[in-house]
Amino acid sequence: MDTYDIIIVGGGGAGLRAAIAAAESSPKLSIALVSKVYPMRSHTVSAEGGTAAVLRDNDSFDTHAKDTIFGADFLADQDAVEMFINEAPGELIQLEHWGCPWSRDPDGRMSVRAFGGMSVNRTAFAADKTGFHMLHALFQTSLKYESVNRYDECFVTTLLVNDGRVQGITIINIYNGQVEVITGKAVILCTGGGGRVFPFTTNAAIKTGDGMALAYRAGVALKDMEFVQYHPTGLPGTGILITEASRGEGGWLTNKDGYRYLQDYGLGPPTDEPVHRKMELGPRDILSRCHMQELEKGRTFEGPYGHYVHLDLRHLGENKINEKIPFVRELARKYIGIDPVYEPIPVRPVVHYMMGGISTDATTKTTLAGLYAAGETACVSINGANRLGSNSLTECLVFGARAGRSAAEYASAQSSPSSKPLEALARDEQQRLDQQFLRKEGGKERIATIRQEMHKTMEEGVGIYRNEEAMQKTCNTLSQLRERFKDISFDDRSSIFNTEVIAALELDFMLDVAGAIAHSAANRKESRGSHTRTDFPKRDDENFLKHSLAHRTVDGPRIEYSPVTITRWQPEERKY
Amino acid sequence: MNGATATLNITRYLPGQDQIPRSQSYSVPYQRDWVILDALNYIKDHIDGTLSYRWSCRMGVCGSCGMMVNGVPKLTCAVFLRDFYPQEIRIEPLVNFPIIRDLVIDMSDFLDKLKSVKPWIIRKTEKQISEGEYLQTPEELSAYQQFTQCINCMLCYAACPVYGMEPEFLGPAAIALGYRYNQDSRDQGKESRQAVLGSHEGIWQCTFVGECTEVCPKEVDPAAAIQRSKVEITKDWFKSVLLPWGQR
Ligand SMILES: Cc1cc2nc3c(=O)[nH]c(=O)nc-3n(C[C@H](O)[C@H](O)[C@H](O)COP(=O)(O)OP(=O)(O)OC[C@H]3O[C@@H](n4cnc5c(N)ncnc54)[C@H](O)[C@@H]3O)c2cc1C
Ligand code: SF4
Ligand code: FES
Repeated sequence: MDTYDIIIVGGGGAGLRAAIAAAESSPKLSIALVSKVYPMRSHTVSAEGGTAAVLRDNDSFDTHAKDTIFGADFLADQDAVEMFINEAPGELIQLEHWGCPWSRDPDGRMSVRAFGGMSVNRTAFAADKTGFHMLHALFQTSLKYESVNRYDECFVTTLLVNDGRVQGITIINIYNGQVEVITGKAVILCTGGGGRVFPFTTNAAIKTGDGMALAYRAGVALKDMEFVQYHPTGLPGTGILITEASRGEGGWLTNKDGYRYLQDYGLGPPTDEPVHRKMELGPRDILSRCHMQELEKGRTFEGPYGHYVHLDLRHLGENKINEKIPFVRELARKYIGIDPVYEPIPVRPVVHYMMGGISTDATTKTTLAGLYAAGETACVSINGANRLGSNSLTECLVFGARAGRSAAEYASAQSSPSSKPLEALARDEQQRLDQQFLRKEGGKERIATIRQEMHKTMEEGVGIYRNEEAMQKTCNTLSQLRERFKDISFDDRSSIFNTEVIAALELDFMLDVAGAIAHSAANRKESRGSHTRTDFPKRDDENFLKHSLAHRTVDGPRIEYSPVTITRWQPEERKY
Repeated sequence: MNGATATLNITRYLPGQDQIPRSQSYSVPYQRDWVILDALNYIKDHIDGTLSYRWSCRMGVCGSCGMMVNGVPKLTCAVFLRDFYPQEIRIEPLVNFPIIRDLVIDMSDFLDKLKSVKPWIIRKTEKQISEGEYLQTPEELSAYQQFTQCINCMLCYAACPVYGMEPEFLGPAAIALGYRYNQDSRDQGKESRQAVLGSHEGIWQCTFVGECTEVCPKEVDPAAAIQRSKVEITKDWFKSVLLPWGQR
């Protein structure tokens, strides 16, 4: 049994930032950093476009706050948003001091670019590999803190809760299949999002919502799970993201007639130079819906992977493309054989980000003593019903750091958990894992089949457009899949690097997350942000200006609500 | 599709069961737009759940999926079946590393080496956050930018004949990353990296084969980093020997 003061689960942007913050709070604290992949493989690595903060004199905290709250369709907690925005610039500068290779203006300052829904250029970037550079800078910097002890390629299976507080975790060490216990006075979940519950997503394979399910099972509510962001520009087939920075730099969306169709949806007028919050720089939820309406009107293209429109970058010219968005060119050339310097890129909406997650307050604390959460897995909430692009990398930094500090403070005041009850809990967990996963024999269901059926029903029921009937069907299908999951079969009964067992554990988590999404969606009888219902097309502040809280019960999710904090920005109609 | 199939001959190795790695043949539907990784995932999902390999981003940036493809180190999410079809394709774990299982290699050695070059900004005095960023011009950025592109995919280690023979050798990526910080205008830690970079296991073992640069999927050019480090360290050495104290 390994013992630490603080356990951090996840080595992405949020987890590494938390680890450094905890280590800097007090060198005396021992810290475990547990990740199912090597930290630099974490999904943060894929983030492309940039990270937002008020860095320039022409910008202000109030405008960033207003853009964020407006983008969130007023479902964000405004006190948390303000805190986030105040701390954002310091975090980006901190990362600059840690060596992140930000793109620069000629005078040496960090450059900023335009992003969807933002009214000023405030998105800092490192070419179009911002997440990659941030993650490597954080990871490399983290190596100098001797108090951070890494558990690479270790998969967390459960939280150990005793005496009303979290006191540790169990892991499967992927190298040898051993179940091990790590105890800690505080646990921070930084496990990222769960886009992989959908079939067509920009998300990496590891984004299976594990942390959400871990907290959910430990009795913590999942907040606002119905809000799933579609990004308007993914590559058909693979779902690989073409960053919004391509539109921030001036790219156009055109339909099959070569027409910049967004002008027909109140986002115009079309201009040659990009204008903040207009046309291609509108927010993602609206742009994704415009795409679907173009499809309806028969004005999209049809390809082997379904409908698509064009993202036209040709007018930017080769130099600008190479300098500002080289990765877009690399990805388009490699994966679809199209050079955006000469041809438009086919794109379509694709599942990208989960606004919802583990319910926390602005200090990252959950309702379970000792448990904290930050990054995409958490819901503070600053993103409300629709996140603005480039706010989430910053969120990982601001709330990662806050989580590290909060947990450090808490852990410093706690005594070590006593090992006896934890040993008993660990034995139970070992037994559960043996029976259902590690030593399970027989069974008829293939993991991939259940996963595919989950994908299908999620897309059908809780995609861009939703309605009562389809959502109920999805809820039912998910509970059937939950039953069928009990009968899964394994080809691989070895203990060494058994990725089939990991895939099964991830699917188990995903079924919980999918259920929380579908039930939260079915219960919200209005349209807000990314949650669009054909049967309730209007926002309904009277009844639904509130957060959904999904609680896990034996009969499926129970949905409750909690108020939204409004400080200075009264809800108004969201028009761009 | 049209019923065409592609054949992959894949290294299988399960310690405790296999004495030595063996090869197993699989056929998968041939799809023109599939990368090798898609074929592996197809096998895993539909044919044989025991096949073990690493992957995540499937867009060439997380560095997980490096393998030998017909004897050449490649990111399997970035090479296509069509580049080989209808020939059979041989998939093996990256060479020069211990095999954990099947296509999964043990890269813990690299993590230690990475740490040894101190890949973080070292300052004599730290600037406060409230004082803002360090100014760095685009030219200063371009002095090291190329060497920041490393995704730690280990292809260069698999290609490096020196690492194959002398596992103590720091190797291309670790040297490139050490050099990256040395060249960063914000950094003042060159001297403290010298002990490792300038040691026998550091740059001096490299015999300039250049294979690392050849296979690097991110155009990092580690060979150039090694070459330039040698020149600089030699310069510094001459300075230290020939110049009186105070003028270094
Ligand atoms: C393609 C793409 C581009 C994006 N671009 C941008 C952008 O330009 N700007 C922006 O602001 N946002 C962007 N985002 C969103 C942003 O990248 C993510 O929200 C953010 O990186 C999430 O970071 P994280 O630290 O929360 O989680 P992740 O980086 O996903 O890390 C999760 C960590 O948890 C670990 N983990 C998970 N489950 C377990 C388990 N069971 N046991 C052990 N460890 C576990 C993983 O190993 C990993 O280390 C983008 C997202 C995508 C998909
Ligand atoms: S230098 Fe290139 S080949 Fe070597 S690890 Fe880095 S990215 Fe991979
Ligand atoms: S899967 Fe990430 S580099 Fe290939």
